[in-house]
Amino acid sequence: MQALKQNTRSVNGLLGLTFALMIAAQFLIFVYVPTERTMGVVQRIFYFHVPLAWNAFLAFAIVFVCSILYLRSRDMKWDRLARSSAEIGLLFTTLVLITGTIWDKPAWGVWWTWDPRLTATLILWFIYLAYLFVSAYATEESQGARYAAVIGIIGFLDVPIVALAIVLWQTQHPSPLIFEGGLTGSMLLTLMVSIVAFTLLYLSLLILRNSLRRDTDEIKKLKQYMDERN
Amino acid sequence: MRSAAGKTLAIVWKDITSEMRTKEIATSLIAFALLVIVVVSFTLEPGENTSPIAAGILWVAFTFAGVLGLSRSFATEKDKGCLQGLMLCPVDRSILYLGKMLSIVVFMIVVEIIIIPIFIVLLDQSGFPPQLAVIALLATIGFAAVGTLFSAMAVNTRAREVMMPLLFLPVASPVIIAAIKSTALVLSGGSWGDIASWLGVMAAFDAIFLAVSPLVFEFVIEE
Repeated sequence: MQALKQNTRSVNGLLGLTFALMIAAQFLIFVYVPTERTMGVVQRIFYFHVPLAWNAFLAFAIVFVCSILYLRSRDMKWDRLARSSAEIGLLFTTLVLITGTIWDKPAWGVWWTWDPRLTATLILWFIYLAYLFVSAYATEESQGARYAAVIGIIGFLDVPIVALAIVLWQTQHPSPLIFEGGLTGSMLLTLMVSIVAFTLLYLSLLILRNSLRRDTDEIKKLKQYMDERN
Repeated sequence: MRSAAGKTLAIVWKDITSEMRTKEIATSLIAFALLVIVVVSFTLEPGENTSPIAAGILWVAFTFAGVLGLSRSFATEKDKGCLQGLMLCPVDRSILYLGKMLSIVVFMIVVEIIIIPIFIVLLDQSGFPPQLAVIALLATIGFAAVGTLFSAMAVNTRAREVMMPLLFLPVASPVIIAAIKSTALVLSGGSWGDIASWLGVMAAFDAIFLAVSPLVFEFVIEE
């Protein structure tokens, strides 16, 4: 009980810190940082886009590591962590695609272009969509966990080859530049704060989703126990 | 006792024998691939120059035929209760994987040997560039390397027909891209040097997944 209380307190602390940093990041993005010269105000979406992309990749790397650990140990805690991370990773990838599309239209004049990064992100999105489908469509719990782990491994190994193939394809059509110049000091600061804020958001969501999953499993187990007794 | 290669070939031979008797998979795949070519060709105007999209049409046909053939590969085993028998075989699970993978490669190559000449005629290509044989071989191995894994997975899930393409298409996308781009290059008279980097992508894909898939296959088919 004491441990549980301690646990809740540290989770609440993390949530509070995430909230404070997120507010600070919003201030930096919308008030503090100067408007980019060539692209104008739409460039501010960059401070959401990049942190989301970075965290999506972090989430899938964690899926990969947890998948290997699950197959080695068969401990359901790794499966829960992997699946929770995959859900958040897919959510973040969706947001990366949406913010990217919104940014593309004013910057490049089109909603979508088959640029290497866009295409690779879209394929990544499909791989982890399949990951969630398979774990949901498996006929039993442990089978879903095994299949998900296998896709978590295969999918992550696939990412560099997808990127290689697409970059090779695109070298025939040069892609547009994102920035004319580099990032200035204030832009870099804003980006960094935003990345830290979104990473904390990822961790908070992961911890909450994971504990929800753990409780679901616990209730299922108790229900089964009750059914057997009656 | 047979050697590992002998055991693998025994599984391949089992699939080929059963296919020779029923001719179920090859005939349906060939008909299906042809239909895909015909349907995609509806986008063309009569007399239009087809070269820019011919490679795309060919590989769309092979990719979809591949998905179909791959899902049949384990579906027949499962439906007739043969999967249990296969798993009771005193062989390593990785040999089971290699055997099923190789038999898929054999079926796909048979389909390709029949489809490619018809494709050349229907889409009015100037001839058969020898590089296409290497492209097709590398791509087919890549398809089978990940496809065997996903087929064994999809067959045990609900909605298995949908699961197979959902799993296979995104993961196999590097092979699909490389096959389409290199085929387009050789159809327009490209040399070996032009397609070297594409062959490299496919070879890397094949090598990585032929190394990893046998390792994870045992987790897929355990009961």
